This record gives sequence, structure tokens and C-alpha cells, in this order.
Amino acid sequence: MRFFLESKKLILLAAAVYIVLRLIFGFGLVSGYIEQITIYVFIVILAATGLNVIYGYTGQFSLGHAAFYGIGAYTSAYLASITGLENVVFFPATILAGGIAAALVAAIIGIPILRLRDDFLGIATLGFGILVRVFFDNSDKISETLGGSRGFTGIARLTNLEIAFFVTVFLLLVTRNLITSRYGLFWRCIKEDETASASVGIDTARMKLMAFVYGCFLAGVAGALYAHLYTFLHPSNFDFLRSIDFLIIVILGGMGNIAGTIYAGLLWVGFIEGLRIVLPANILDLRWVFIPLLLIVLMMWRPYGLMTKRKS
Amino acid sequence: MAVLLEVDNLKKSFGGVQAVGGISFSVRRGETLGIIGPNGAGKTTVFNLITRFYTPDSGDIRLMGSSVTRLPPYKLARLGIGRTFQNLRLFKELTVLENIRSAYLSGHRYSPFAGIFRTRRHLAVEEKAEIKAWVLIDFLGLSGKEHAPAASLPYGEQRRLELARALAIEPKLLLIDEPGAGMNPREIQDLVLTLRDVKEKFGLTIVMIEHQMGLVMNISDRILVMDFGEKIMEGSPAQVKKDRRVIEAYLGEDGST
Repeated sequence: MRFFLESKKLILLAAAVYIVLRLIFGFGLVSGYIEQITIYVFIVILAATGLNVIYGYTGQFSLGHAAFYGIGAYTSAYLASITGLENVVFFPATILAGGIAAALVAAIIGIPILRLRDDFLGIATLGFGILVRVFFDNSDKISETLGGSRGFTGIARLTNLEIAFFVTVFLLLVTRNLITSRYGLFWRCIKEDETASASVGIDTARMKLMAFVYGCFLAGVAGALYAHLYTFLHPSNFDFLRSIDFLIIVILGGMGNIAGTIYAGLLWVGFIEGLRIVLPANILDLRWVFIPLLLIVLMMWRPYGLMTKRKS
Repeated sequence: MAVLLEVDNLKKSFGGVQAVGGISFSVRRGETLGIIGPNGAGKTTVFNLITRFYTPDSGDIRLMGSSVTRLPPYKLARLGIGRTFQNLRLFKELTVLENIRSAYLSGHRYSPFAGIFRTRRHLAVEEKAEIKAWVLIDFLGLSGKEHAPAASLPYGEQRRLELARALAIEPKLLLIDEPGAGMNPREIQDLVLTLRDVKEKFGLTIVMIEHQMGLVMNISDRILVMDFGEKIMEGSPAQVKKDRRVIEAYLGEDGST
């Protein structure tokens, strides 16, 4: 199919990365902890790419991305748990359900709030993120399984390197093709100038909603993978600070730059987890001194992201 | 000649200040109508009302006989009303090619699925968009700048790019807001020629707001003069030049024109 032919180089590169990782994991060269972090990197990249579509490409400032990540995680884990279909065969279906649930919620709240711009949209999405967190905190009142503020425990561990890797690579290719199609072009036009976009016939409201729903779908899928990797969900995993993590990755990598998001995702997770290994336990909290310092230096050195040299 | 656009008793006030007070006019297919008037006469407001960037307080706008007053801006563009802006509104970070392609593609669809999986339909539409863009680039003298970001072009070329982008929606009616603003007499000469060519080649109807009398008298079939949000007269360039009310409106504005 043309989809694969056009992406030949990238698919070869991805295959090489996969083989290397598979060998490293297969021969037991790294601990299970490192394996888990590696898989987590793919998940973070996928969710951050979703925010890149929403904010980096379309210019819609969202501070609530983690909420959709959480909706995907809880939906997928809950479905697997109540149906008892906690096996590899049905796993793709529950991943998809996580993505669809996040996309549906995004569509419902997107219609009223996406007419807001800039900071106002930021505040509205921030508010929504807090709302979702409160919902997770009290979710045990709906179903004991969800666990409320005690956390959702006992999720089957179904996410492995293969599924995380292939889902992420496939969705990144899909995203790339969308970005280079008329839809991606309209998103970029809207980011530049909404009035001018309308004057050339672009249905701006619809295109903004589409970018938002698609970006949240990616977050939902990432959340589903996350739930079945760590097997435990807690409302605090999906709060405001997690949204900020995604935002940092998008800005660090460069707005509207998928390759940048991949590098920044790797760097971000690598740095946070790397310092956990390097620093002695008693000064571990100094991470939160080093990381902001690193961010300040990076932003002074490359204000438009690691991958973007051009001034925007 | 058939009437393409009818504006009927259009009114708009901003916070109690009347910007446009019940203006009516019609544009025939194939003609060029010039709109002139002192600063603040409400000319650009009329454009913004026709393209629905402002909502009229009352009145009606009809395109080819059917009312389009309630349609959103993007639908008006798809129905064939193209426009340029007084203060250039290009997609600055996008290339010349992308600026033009975006306008063509808005009216030529393929599904997201077709875009993701690169179907034959996607390829066919994208190829047509590419060809259309190259034709317009060539026609408006932007060759060699295809991949340059719009913001990097000199001012005159940005103006032409905006015109190319408006033409890419394949308009029936083109609303041009002060195409000569900030141009020297030589550039204005070029612009007159370009606009004539454009009109002939694309069989367009043009409504143009302009301050440069040389330009507007030269290319308009009819001229509408506005002052304080109202039409003060309408007629041929020769009639307008002689009209006392027009002279007063202009002398009243800054005393030197």
C-alpha cells in the first residue's frame, strides 16, 4: 500500500530501532526497570504528539492534556477489568476504546470551549483537567473497581515492547500523513491567522475541533498503554503537572515538529529517570532544581525548540 | 448584464456609532466597481459585512439572487467571494506555495482517511492544487519564490501573493481592499496591468476600495463614493470626477487633495 511505500525510510529506521531494543531486552542486558522506562518513553512521545497536533500545529493552547490521557487509561483498564477480557487478543480493542473515549469527551467539551483563544482556552482546559482529576478521586462512588483516591489496582500487565512500539510508530506515521495532507495545512493556516483562513474557505471551527479530537485520541491511546504497563492508576498521575510535562516536551522539541517531540520525549523521560539513578536517594528531590535550570538554559539557547533553528 | 451581487439597505453600528448607515448598491457580472471615500467613510466595513466578518444590524446581501446574509465567512468564500485585506493577512510562516494551495484545497475535498492512506483521490486533488498554485505563481510574477516563507517576501510581492491566494479559491467576485496602499507610482502601474490581466483571464467581477485616484479611475467601470457610512453618489469615473459632493467630501477631509 502507498501508506507504507511513502514511509519506507522511516519504517526501516523504526524496524532497526525495534530490533536493537528487542535484542537488548532479549539478552537481558538491562533491568526490568529500564525496560519499563523504555516502553514508557514511547507512550509519552505518543501523548505529546497529540498535544503537538493541538497546540504546536493548530495553535490551541491546552493545559488539560493529561485529563484525556487519564480518560484513556481509566476507560481501557475498566473495560478490560469488568469484561474479564484481560488478554493479548482483546488488548487492541481496549486500547482503541481508551482512545475513542478520550476523543468523544474531547468532542463534547471541544464544541463549546474551542471558540476561546490563547490564555482563555488555556484556563478552560486547565479547569477541565481539574474537573477530571476530581472525578477520578471520587470514582469509587461509581464503581469500586475504579478505586477513587486509593487508586485503581490489579490491572493486567499487557503492554509490552511490541505493542507499545508498533502502536506508537503506526500512529506517528498516521499523524505525519495527516499533517502533510490538506488537514494539516489548514491547521497550520489557522495557527497563523484564523480570519484569513476563513476568508479562503477553511471551516475553522470544524478544523480546530478535528485537531483537538485527534490529539486527544492519541492521548487516550497512550493512556491505555500506560494503564496496562504500570498496572496501577492513581488520580495524581493525571493532574495538572502531567499536562505541563507534555507541554514542556512539545515546546522543548519545537512547536509543530514531530521529530522534535520524539527527541524531547526521550530526553525528558531520560533525564527525570536518569537522575533518579545517578543521584543518591537523600538528595533525589534536587531533580526539581536541576530540571528547571536545564529548561531555562535550553530555552535561552534555543527559544524555538531543540529542532527549530529558524526564528518563528 | 446579470446582477451578481446586491447589497440592500445594509446597516452596522459599533457601540452607538454608525459605521454604515443603510447602504444599497449592486454589482453586475463582469464589471469593476471602485469604492472611494475619505478615511472612516465605512468602505472596509462594507467589505467586512459582505464577507460576514461583521454581522450586519439589518439589511440583506444577495449573491446571484439568493440571500447569503446569514452564512459564515468560510461558506461565502466557497460560494465564490474572494477577498484581500487592507493590512495583508498572509500565512506568514507558510511558503508561497502553501499559502496558495491552502486556498485551493479548502474547496477541493478528500477525506482524512484518503489523506492518511494516500489514496488515488488524495494524489489527484493534491496534484491539481500544485498545478493551480504554479500557474498562479507564474501569472503573478512570483516564480522562484515558491518555497520562500510568505513573510520573507518584499511588500509588493506579499500583496501579489495575497491576490494569488484569493484567486486560488476560484472566485466569481473578488473584493480587493486598497491594493495600492504603500506602493510607489511605478508599482501602481504594474498593479493596474496585473489587475486587468487577472480580470480578463479569470472572467472576474471586482469590487475595489482604493485611495489612489489614478488607479481607481483607470480600471473601474463604475465608482461608488461613500462618506460617513452612506453612499453619496454612484456613476462613471468621468461623472464622479466632476461631482461637487465628491469634491466637497474630499476637501472636507484634509483640505489638500
